[in-house]
Amino acid sequence: MTIKDADIAIIGAGVMGLALAHNLASERKGPGGKRIVVVDGHYLAWGASGRNGGGVRQQWSTEMNVRLMQESMDICAHFAKRMRINVWMRRGGYLFLARTQAAARRLERNVGVQTRCGLGTEMIAPEEAAALVPELAADRFVAACYNPTDGIVFPWPFLWGYAHAAAKAGVAIHTSTPVTAIERRAGKAGGFRITTPAGTFTAQRVVCAAGAWSPDVARLVGASLPNRPQRHEILSTEPLKPFLKPMVTVSETGLYVSQSLRGELVGGISMPAEDDGGEVRLGSRLAFTTTMARALVELMPLLGHIKVVRQWAGPYDISPDGDPIVGELPDVPGFHVVCGFRGHGFMMAPVVARHFAAFLSGGPKHEFLTAWSPARFAAGAPPRRGGEEMFIG
Amino acid sequence: MSRKVILCRCEDVTLADVQHAVKLGYTDVEEVKRYTGFGTGPCQGKECLRGIVVAIAEAARLAPTALAPFTSRPPLVPTELAVLAGAGGAKRTR
Repeated sequence: MTIKDADIAIIGAGVMGLALAHNLASERKGPGGKRIVVVDGHYLAWGASGRNGGGVRQQWSTEMNVRLMQESMDICAHFAKRMRINVWMRRGGYLFLARTQAAARRLERNVGVQTRCGLGTEMIAPEEAAALVPELAADRFVAACYNPTDGIVFPWPFLWGYAHAAAKAGVAIHTSTPVTAIERRAGKAGGFRITTPAGTFTAQRVVCAAGAWSPDVARLVGASLPNRPQRHEILSTEPLKPFLKPMVTVSETGLYVSQSLRGELVGGISMPAEDDGGEVRLGSRLAFTTTMARALVELMPLLGHIKVVRQWAGPYDISPDGDPIVGELPDVPGFHVVCGFRGHGFMMAPVVARHFAAFLSGGPKHEFLTAWSPARFAAGAPPRRGGEEMFIG
Repeated sequence: MSRKVILCRCEDVTLADVQHAVKLGYTDVEEVKRYTGFGTGPCQGKECLRGIVVAIAEAARLAPTALAPFTSRPPLVPTELAVLAGAGGAKRTR
């Protein structure tokens, strides 16, 4: 199959690339055009979009992220009906637990930000957390916060939903089609010539939505991105009758665990950073399994006899200041990136893709496009500290 | 008939489910695993993988030998958290 020339080529058919393609195809105005091509080296859900824990939360520490995720949650809540696909969404809330006073104060500060955004998060005492999750060893914690409208989804149907809707709107999606070269076209025509084993095609603009693999793609146009991959592992247990309402997270260890609509407990935990040399590593490690098992049994001692059936790994995609990188690369006009989401790209994709697509189509520039601009990493730019502190895992 | 032929007993995936996935264009074993959920239950594909591969091959008109099995995931058998919590002492990281 040959690949047709495009106005916009999106590299990466993860949730970000597919959501962007769907939104671009739905935009009526602007110079975006309708010729949109998505290419990916693997099948749908091969990368981090198929490997994440499916959490969707509105509890963040910056007003922009809270508001973005309120909007994203709204898109998620209507996704099944609009896209006609079951996404196994369950809104049982997110419970953040704090073991130390320092973590409790952080949660309290963040709840203040969330309250200003109209979110119903509340600080609660350990006894109240135990009322929500009776299996919890609540005496190990000093405080908690809970927002009942956060939730979890089954990530894979989001990809199929976006992919089917985009394809229906005329987007050409080519999976198992790795990009091997990107050449900048000289002269009046401008744009890019993209090479794959399935053939060569041109695109006026390129959007790299390859997550942790984005630096490899950017290198093809001679650009260097500052984000680095970090292996993150998840395990899943045998299915149980529904008992666990919220996603439970522990601030100090990065532990998170939820019960999916399939009944399985799904969760992960922070592990010591490894020197990966910038390479994406997806192998499973016993050190993760044992660390996670100890943390889970400590959190809910009743879980000791529950069996683990599966574990896997996916890459977090981390920028130097922890914030995403979204926009046109200053040195490569026409080449855009949307990456660096640090394990939270899945839940942010619906809203980020909506606003980024509007901007690429000549619409308004959302404030995240200024805050997360790639220009902040240009040579000579002052080092910047990201504003967000509510990261998990 | 194919609606009543169960290929994956852990997750109730039928022959019709597999044929439907192939019809949508999912012909890689990993894709069919994700679309149907087969092989994600307690047996982790140890019972059903071969039967599903044959079903995919037939529906997609491929040779079964053209299809690679999906990545097998640890643990080898479902293992209690309490056992894992007490394991790997030497590799303890925290």
